[in-house]
Amino acid sequence: MAGYLFKRTFFAFATFLVVVSAVFFLLRAAPGGPFDGERRLPPDIEANLQAAYHLDEPLAQQYARYLGNLAQGDLGPSFRQKDFSVSELIALGLPTSVLLGLSALAIAVLVGTGVGIAASLSPGSGMDRSLMALNNVSIAVPTIVTAPALVLLFAVILTWLPAGGSGSLQHFVLPAIALALPYAAAVARLIRGAMIEAAAETHVLTARAKGLSQARIIRRHMLPIAAVPLISFLGPTAAGLLTGSVVVEQIFDLPGIGRYFVQGALARDYTLVMGVVVVYSSAILSFNLLVDLAYGWLDPRIRAA
Amino acid sequence: MSTATHQNPTLRRSSVRSAWSAWLAGGLLLLVLGSALLGPEIAPWQAEEMDWQAMEAPPSARHWFGTDLVGRDLFVRTMQGARVSLLVALIAISVSLCIGVPWGLLAGYSGGLLDQLMMRFVDAMYSLPLILIVILLVVMFGRNPYLLFAALGAFFWLDIARIVRGQTLRVRHAGFVEAARAMGASTTHILLHHLLPNIRGPVIVYTTLAIPGVILAESFISFLGLGIQEPDTSWGVLVADGVQTMESSPWLLLFPGTMLAVTVWACNTLGDHLRDMMDLQQTDRIN
Repeated sequence: MAGYLFKRTFFAFATFLVVVSAVFFLLRAAPGGPFDGERRLPPDIEANLQAAYHLDEPLAQQYARYLGNLAQGDLGPSFRQKDFSVSELIALGLPTSVLLGLSALAIAVLVGTGVGIAASLSPGSGMDRSLMALNNVSIAVPTIVTAPALVLLFAVILTWLPAGGSGSLQHFVLPAIALALPYAAAVARLIRGAMIEAAAETHVLTARAKGLSQARIIRRHMLPIAAVPLISFLGPTAAGLLTGSVVVEQIFDLPGIGRYFVQGALARDYTLVMGVVVVYSSAILSFNLLVDLAYGWLDPRIRAA
Repeated sequence: MSTATHQNPTLRRSSVRSAWSAWLAGGLLLLVLGSALLGPEIAPWQAEEMDWQAMEAPPSARHWFGTDLVGRDLFVRTMQGARVSLLVALIAISVSLCIGVPWGLLAGYSGGLLDQLMMRFVDAMYSLPLILIVILLVVMFGRNPYLLFAALGAFFWLDIARIVRGQTLRVRHAGFVEAARAMGASTTHILLHHLLPNIRGPVIVYTTLAIPGVILAESFISFLGLGIQEPDTSWGVLVADGVQTMESSPWLLLFPGTMLAVTVWACNTLGDHLRDMMDLQQTDRIN
């Protein structure tokens, strides 16, 4: 297990370094700089700005400086929002994004598992067919359509929930549902398939022959098997929820880091974009690492491979 | 396919997708394609033409899908948007095939260290979320949406590369490949004339399944205002416009949104059905 742990951690860290370096050089290679505006700046001022942000140094030196600062947790100053460092901006947005992502993850897993089990009880039945048809629809309708539809129904017509903004937990209900919907559908599909396979296992047959109740068979004998593929699916799901929140934050006007990402991209705020990339990729890679480790712990065959 | 004979029967039964939904999906897809091609030609209005008598008008005989805030016919704009969205998907998918197929062929056929390295690279790329890549590409190619979506295709080839490699591994020691090698055929010849024709089916299936991802990506990017820009239009642009006015004129969201969702559903359903027919292994990955 120690060897497996070391290998996975090393791979995750190496990927992180590659991503950060690739993004750094890609951004510097992009045409147009952060100080290009409607009006060209006088050359002296531009030179001063370049010097203040170390943009006049050779690329290799800038890169070394960035990595050195990053190792100390310093993401540099924002190029556009003058009084803020990137770390401060991210610290402002992070709680919102984390709350949104975690609630969506909880909804996706709970609702998805429930629907998946319900559909798997009698494969091919009317219940199964209608649940899966509903499922395929929620995968197909994009968030940019479902989110406004939810707002229209629950905020405008029924006025149960606020349409946008933040401030109370109620503000997170609609965004979390909109964000979770396609992932809940994917989880349901996965669980349904795994449960149907589990039902054919001999130990489940034995449990049924012993006269155990259906609920107990599902809980003790089938769900633990069906949960294994779910765990490996959590990696990409977490990544999707995290980045899907870029769109959802925009629609519901939530002040999370997704909004900084879009703003930073539009304004060519290199350090801000880099900072969000660093946060996102480290979050995703550590989540994938956790999933890998949990998987290796659950299934000893994987450790050996 | 030889795997069909020892297929686990429960897996076969687990497929709820019946033939009629695949026919429905195929029909809808043809309808979408046909209307994208012909719609702007047969409609009585131009995409940028304003009807001063009907601003923000609901659907009627005069304007089948209604009009937007400045009186432009939504039917023509939706069809025009379909053209752009589908064209963008076509560009991105072509780019992804051009990278993914050779990548998978080479990795699968050569095996060994090269295979390991190439597939490790694919694994690393998988851990990058799409929207992150998209926004970086926007920063780089922001001024040219078509270049942006071509670049996007350079990140959609991962699934294709994996499938092609898997299929190549299966057939690379088949009798006809060994025979071709014994007769002195070059590696390029074997790859192009003996392996490629044998992996065509799975590639078509996974291309069908990749299209919704590209269409959705386009709609998200344009929705955020980072992709296709006015006066050009696409489904994402139209949905973004529709959201602004959904309280007073819901049809502006309804028609483009439905067409987008129907296209994505149809591609998913058709691709799933083809995959079930060919007994290909399922990889659950959305986006």
